Amino acid sequence: MASGLSEAVYRRQRLRERFIEGGLFLAAASSVFVTLAIVFVLVYESIGFFTTVPLTEFLFGTTWSPLFANPEYGILPLLGGTLLSSAVAMAFVAPIGLATAIYLSEFSSSRTREIVKPILELLSGVPTVVYGFFALLFVTPALQKIVPGLPGFNILSAGIVIGIMIIPYVASLSEDAMRAVPGSLRDGSLALGATRFETAIKVVLPAATSGVAAAFILGISRAVGETMIVAIAAGTQPNLTIDPREPAATITAYIVQVALGDLPHASLAYQTIFAAGLVLLLMTLMFNILGFWLRRKYREIY
Amino acid sequence: MAITYGTGVPESKATSSEEFDRRLRRRRRSEFIFACLGLLATSVGLFALAILVIDLAMTGLQRLDVSFFTNYPSRRAGQAGILSAWVGSLLVTIVTGLVGVPLGVSAAIYLEEYAPTNWMTNIIEINVSNLAGVPSIVYGLLALGLFIYGFGTGRSILTAGLTLGLLILPIIIVATREALRAVPSSLREAAYGVGATQWQVTKDHVLPAAMPGVLTGVIIGISRALGETAPLVTIGALSFIAFLPPSPITLEFPFISFAWLFEGFTVLPIQAFNWVSRPGHDFQTNAAAAGLVLLAITLLLNGVAIYFRYRLRKRLQW
Repeated sequence: MASGLSEAVYRRQRLRERFIEGGLFLAAASSVFVTLAIVFVLVYESIGFFTTVPLTEFLFGTTWSPLFANPEYGILPLLGGTLLSSAVAMAFVAPIGLATAIYLSEFSSSRTREIVKPILELLSGVPTVVYGFFALLFVTPALQKIVPGLPGFNILSAGIVIGIMIIPYVASLSEDAMRAVPGSLRDGSLALGATRFETAIKVVLPAATSGVAAAFILGISRAVGETMIVAIAAGTQPNLTIDPREPAATITAYIVQVALGDLPHASLAYQTIFAAGLVLLLMTLMFNILGFWLRRKYREIY
Repeated sequence: MAITYGTGVPESKATSSEEFDRRLRRRRRSEFIFACLGLLATSVGLFALAILVIDLAMTGLQRLDVSFFTNYPSRRAGQAGILSAWVGSLLVTIVTGLVGVPLGVSAAIYLEEYAPTNWMTNIIEINVSNLAGVPSIVYGLLALGLFIYGFGTGRSILTAGLTLGLLILPIIIVATREALRAVPSSLREAAYGVGATQWQVTKDHVLPAAMPGVLTGVIIGISRALGETAPLVTIGALSFIAFLPPSPITLEFPFISFAWLFEGFTVLPIQAFNWVSRPGHDFQTNAAAAGLVLLAITLLLNGVAIYFRYRLRKRLQW
């Protein structure tokens, strides 16, 4: 058996192994600390905010003017701006993303797919400030030729460019979900005489529903959290509207606007961005959990 | 059966086959129309990317000369440059990498190679996938509340690097885990079989085999950090910086200085954001030029990562 010397070596080695495992565990646990820190910071500053501003005014007030002499703290205009820009983005990306996914998964050759998919995924690598530039100085002037009287800052242009930005999320993830549908289902449908289009719409798409829905929800979550495009192209004026042609600030654009100025720490105006951030976090968290749940569901089927 | 059809059989057969042909033609036509629409939809994304690049190049390319890279920002658009911005981006990226990569890779190794299946592992996994969906500006708020007012690291390169390091953590964890998962268990078993410890197996065999995948994740993460604007706006990155941080290498002992970590800074996306929001055509030209530099770097990095992944899939036929 092992001699005395190698006993000592083993013991040292075992100790080292334990030590390394502990270090790796700490690294993994650090991600939990990041989440806890985010929640703590947002909630801590928001508590300060809500001791001054009643929750009902925050949730149901229709005017957001915290930096004015006569401040009002109704989040609805910012929430409306966020939802409106996300709705425009989804209205733009939904048909395009879905058609792209069906085309790449069911119609195109694998060679085409191998080339097109990486290029589409480059769209998610473009810095958002570049998208903002594109929205303000290319898309808006182009839209002004179609939509008369469109102001320089508007939700429409920002929403469309957000839609372009999330094409890879929606199209690529939907395509993954469709291709995860087993070939036997497809073959069965084709053998019964269905065309490829009918197979795609009536067999593959229903089978991939939860995966496709998850892709869309992750897209919405991205759109809700998008900051620079709206801050640059949609304006910073809170505006409770359902007309995408108008300018309107989103939650994210408001945070940027306040951060650009130099607000004194621990002032009420400083705390507003944390309250706004908390609302944003809760919204994206809701979408992410829904998306996570849907993805897990479709993974379980096949 | 025969009675039901009776004499009508030949006639009805003829009409039903005609009907069938007509429907088949319609079905084929709708298939063709959809194929065209699908192709059109696919090309929308490709065209959008092309138009974006061309538009930026047409506006900004004229400003891209040597002096644009060697000048500080200026009130006069024609003399303004991105010297402090690209130096700032470089330094912030170094800190980001030093924070995010070791932490992310270690976390991924733990989750993939070590973690027992229990509630704690489950929580960490759910947490990582949730972190990946947190909007980047929320990281900026975290940095403002925790680093600047909690730890007092100031509006510095260190704060920016820490923030972006945490931001890219989930990206690196997810990519590394995928790479580790693709390493066949036979490799691990062979190493265990000749008496290697778990850490030796991981460090000497699994990690090297997974390296291209890990690198892909690191490159994507770094490229994301380079393009991030929102969290740095929140921590107060300035846009008018007419000086460089002190050099990390000094002439006196100990020849290395970390003073630059605590210096104010600007980065390329912040500089571009500042220029784009200014009125006047000249500054927008500058914004386009800075955006073009940023786009070139990030698209190049993404291209390299995609190439890696492609090579990987061809090579990894275990």
